[in-house]
Amino acid sequence: MTEIGAIADPQQPEIDPGRRKFLTVATGATAAVGVVLAAIPFVESWTPSERARALGAPVEVDLSKLAVGQMITPTWRLKPIYIVRRDTAQVDELPKNDSRLKDPKSENSIQPPYAKNEMRSRRADLLVLIGICTHLGCLPKQFFDVGDPALGADWPGGFRCPCHGSRFDLAGRVMDGSPAPTNLSIPPYSFRGQDTLIIGIDETTKGTA
Amino acid sequence: MTPDANKNGYRTVARGGLWGWINQRLPVDVFWRSQLSEYYAPKNFNIWYFFGSLALLVLVLQLVTGIFLTMFYKVGAATSFDSVEFIMREVRYGWLIRYLHSAGASAFFIVVYLHMYRALLYGSYKAPRELLWLFGMIIYLALMAEAFLGYVLPWGNMSFWAATVIINLFGTIPGIGPGLVEWIRGDYGIADATLNRFFSLHVVAVPLVLLLLVALHLVALHEVGSNNPDGVEIKDKKDARGRPLDGIPFHPYYTVKDIVGVCVFLTLLAIVVFFVPTFGDLFLEKANFEPANPLSTPDPISPSWYFTPYYAILRAVPDQRIGALLMLIAVVSFFFLPWLDRSPVRSMRYRGWISRTFLALFTISFLALMYLGLQPAQEPYVTMARIFAVPYFAFFWLMPFYSRIDAVKPVPERVTFHG
Amino acid sequence: MGKFAALALTLLAAPLVLSAAEPAAGEPEAAAPVRWENWHAGNNVADVGSLQRGARNFMNYCIGCHSLKYLRYQRMGDDLEIPTEELNTNLVAPGSTNLDYIVTSMPATDAANWFGKTPPDLSLIARSRSPDYIYRFLKTFYSDPSRPTRSDNLAYPSTAMPAVLSDLEGVKAAVLGPTKMFDHFQTISPGNMSAEQFDGFVRDTVNFLDYVGDPAQVERRSIGLWVVLFLLLLSAFALALKKEYWKDVH
Repeated sequence: MTEIGAIADPQQPEIDPGRRKFLTVATGATAAVGVVLAAIPFVESWTPSERARALGAPVEVDLSKLAVGQMITPTWRLKPIYIVRRDTAQVDELPKNDSRLKDPKSENSIQPPYAKNEMRSRRADLLVLIGICTHLGCLPKQFFDVGDPALGADWPGGFRCPCHGSRFDLAGRVMDGSPAPTNLSIPPYSFRGQDTLIIGIDETTKGTA
Repeated sequence: MTPDANKNGYRTVARGGLWGWINQRLPVDVFWRSQLSEYYAPKNFNIWYFFGSLALLVLVLQLVTGIFLTMFYKVGAATSFDSVEFIMREVRYGWLIRYLHSAGASAFFIVVYLHMYRALLYGSYKAPRELLWLFGMIIYLALMAEAFLGYVLPWGNMSFWAATVIINLFGTIPGIGPGLVEWIRGDYGIADATLNRFFSLHVVAVPLVLLLLVALHLVALHEVGSNNPDGVEIKDKKDARGRPLDGIPFHPYYTVKDIVGVCVFLTLLAIVVFFVPTFGDLFLEKANFEPANPLSTPDPISPSWYFTPYYAILRAVPDQRIGALLMLIAVVSFFFLPWLDRSPVRSMRYRGWISRTFLALFTISFLALMYLGLQPAQEPYVTMARIFAVPYFAFFWLMPFYSRIDAVKPVPERVTFHG
Repeated sequence: MGKFAALALTLLAAPLVLSAAEPAAGEPEAAAPVRWENWHAGNNVADVGSLQRGARNFMNYCIGCHSLKYLRYQRMGDDLEIPTEELNTNLVAPGSTNLDYIVTSMPATDAANWFGKTPPDLSLIARSRSPDYIYRFLKTFYSDPSRPTRSDNLAYPSTAMPAVLSDLEGVKAAVLGPTKMFDHFQTISPGNMSAEQFDGFVRDTVNFLDYVGDPAQVERRSIGLWVVLFLLLLSAFALALKKEYWKDVH
C-alpha cells in the first residue's frame, strides 16, 4: 500500500463542514472586532491631548473696557476671536447690505442658532466672530469706516481678507464677488452679567466654566 | 483552467479577472502556496514551536507602539524625561502605548529565549540549519542592542547609568578603548549628544537591520524546512506526489494552531500591561522614574533582567578586561553550537545522560546567573556567580567531547505523533 | 493627656533619648518593639474620598516646598471629582489658575539655601520609591535636637526635611533597644490629632501621591478586565477552531 500524506481525506465522515465554517467565521469575526478595538487607543492618541483639551476650555473676556467701534482679539482654541462693540447706527445699517451678500440669512454658514439672525449675534451691540477667512484661512483685517478710500465709496464697513480680497460686513457676512464661500463662523458664547463674555460655551452653568 | 507548473514546481492556476491579472505580474498565488498552503511542516510540533511566530508578533507590536511613541517623544537631555511623562499623562491612551512598548521589550526576550532554548532541546542548529541558527543569533545580538538603546531614551537615572556602564565596557578594548568611548558618547560624559544618536539608532537603524535579518531568517527556514522534537528529517519520507509523509500544510493547520498561541500570549501580555506593568521592578525599574542625575548612581543598580546572566559573569571576575572578555564569550558561545555539537542525533529525546545532564546544568546556571545578576554586588552572590559560570561555559566548550562519547538511542524513521 | 503630663513625660523620656543608650529597663510600660520596616500604606487609589482628603492635605502641608509638576489642577479636579468652584477656591494655589501645573511658589535657589538641597518634585515619588516608603517616611520622624531641623527620620536617616507634621502628630522620641538599634517611639508632646486620625491623614496623603504617580491607573485596571475577558473569549474560539482542523491530522 502506498502511503499518502498526513492529512485525512476531507470526505471522511467525522468532519462536519458546517461546524468548521462556523468556527472559522466566529474566530475571524471576533479577531476582527479585536483589531478594531485595539486600534482605538492608537487613533485616540492623535486627538488633542488632555492638556490641549484643558487649554481649549472656555475663556472669559472682560468687556468693560471695550469702547464703541473698537475690536479686541483674544484667542480660543488657537483661533483669533474678533469681538467688536458696534454702535446703533452700524447695526441699523446691516439690513441694507442684504442685496450685496452671498448668504444674507446665514443659511449656509456656521453659527450657533442664537446667532443666526440679521445681526449675527446674541446682543446687538456685540459682534463675536472666529476671525478666520472661510476661503483659505487667512485673518481678515478690520476696515470699519464707511466708504473707506481703500475699498470704495460704497463700502459699508467691515473686514477685508488680505490674502484674496474677500469682504465681510459688520456682521461677518461675506459680500458678493468674494472668493470666500460662507460668512465668517461664530463660536459658541454666552455672557455672565453685562461685562463678561465667555467664549466656548453656550450657557453659563455653575461648575463648567 | 489548466494546472501548469511554474519554474519553482508549484502548480499555478491560470485564471482570469483581477486576481489572474495580478498573478501574471506578481507571484502572490505562488508565494501563498509555496510558503503557506503547500509548505509542509512536521506534524509533531509541540508547545516549544509557538515562540517563533510569537517573536514575529512582538516585533510587529514593538514597531507599531514604537512608531506611535516617536510621535510624542521629544529627544533631548532637557526634554526626554518630561515628554515620557507627557505621554503617560496627557496623551490619550499614551500610558497604554508606553506600557505595551516597555512590557513588549521584556516579552520579546522571553519568547526569544524560549525560542532559542527550543533549538538547544531539539538540536535545531545542526546541519543543514547552521545558517538559520546564525541569522537567529545575529537577530539576538541586534535585539540586545535595540533593547539597550531604547532603555536609554526615557532619560531616567537608570537610563543614564546603564549607558555609562555599557559604554565604558568598550573602554576595556586595549589601545583604542578610551578614544572609542568618547566617540560613542560624543562628549566627555553621557550627554545630550549620546541620547540623540541613540534615538536615531533605536528608531531607524537597528529596526531596519532587524527586519532584514528576520526576512533572511525566514527565507533560510523555508529553504531547509523546520526541525521537529524528534529531530527526524521529514523530507526523507515522501508520498507518491512528493509530499513529506509526516508533513502537514502550514496553512491551515499551523496558522490555526499559532492563532491559539497568539491568543494565550496576548492574554498574558494584557494581564501584565493592565495590572502589573512594572512587573515588580523587572519590566520598569523604580529608579528610572527619577530623572537622569550624573551626580547620583542608583544603589543598588542592575541591568534589565534579560542582560543579567552576562552581567553576573562580568561582575564575577575581579579583572576588568578578563571580565568583559568572558562576558563577550558567554554571548558569542551560542554562535559556535552547530560546530561544537558532534552528536549524531539532533533531539535530546535520543541523546544519552551526559548531554542531558550538561543541558540541565546549563539551564540551571543560566537562570541562577540571571537571578544573581539582579542582586547587589556583594557576597555571597559574587562567589555563587563564579560557581555557576563554570557549568555555563562547560556546556559549550566541553560539548565537542561529551557530545561525541555520549551514548545515543536509536532515532525512529518517522516522527512520533499521538493525534 | 494634659500639658503637664506631656511635660512630665518629656522630662522622663529625655534622658533615655539624649543619652541614646540603655535598654528601657526601668520604663513602666515596656513597649513592644516597633517594626516600622514592615509597615504598609495599605492605600486604595480607587477611594475617591481618600484621594480628595489627600489632595487637601498636600495643598495644606506640602505645596509650600514640593511641586507636582506633571499634574494640572484641572486634571486633578476631574479625576478626583472635585467641583470646579471648590477646586478654584480651596485647592488652586494663589497665583495659579486651574490650567496650571501644580508648582510650589518657593524659589528653588532659596530652598537650596534653606534646606541644603532643593525639595524634590513629588509627581513620581510613589513610583521611584513606593507608597509604603512614603508612609514609613511620614510616620517615623523623631526628635533629635542635635540636627539643624531638630528632628531625624528612620526611613530616610539625615533627611533635610523638617518634621512638618509634628503639629498634628505630636513630637516623639526614638527609644533604642539593647543592641542600640531603634526599638520604639515615645511621645514627648501630643499633637492635634489622635494616633488613628494621624494615621488616616498620612494614608490619605500617600494615597494621593500614589494617584499622582500614575493618574490613569484606576482606568487602566477597569479597561484591563474587559480586555482580558475578550481575549479569553477569542482564545476559546481559536482553540475550538484548532481542534476542529486538527481532526484531519493523523
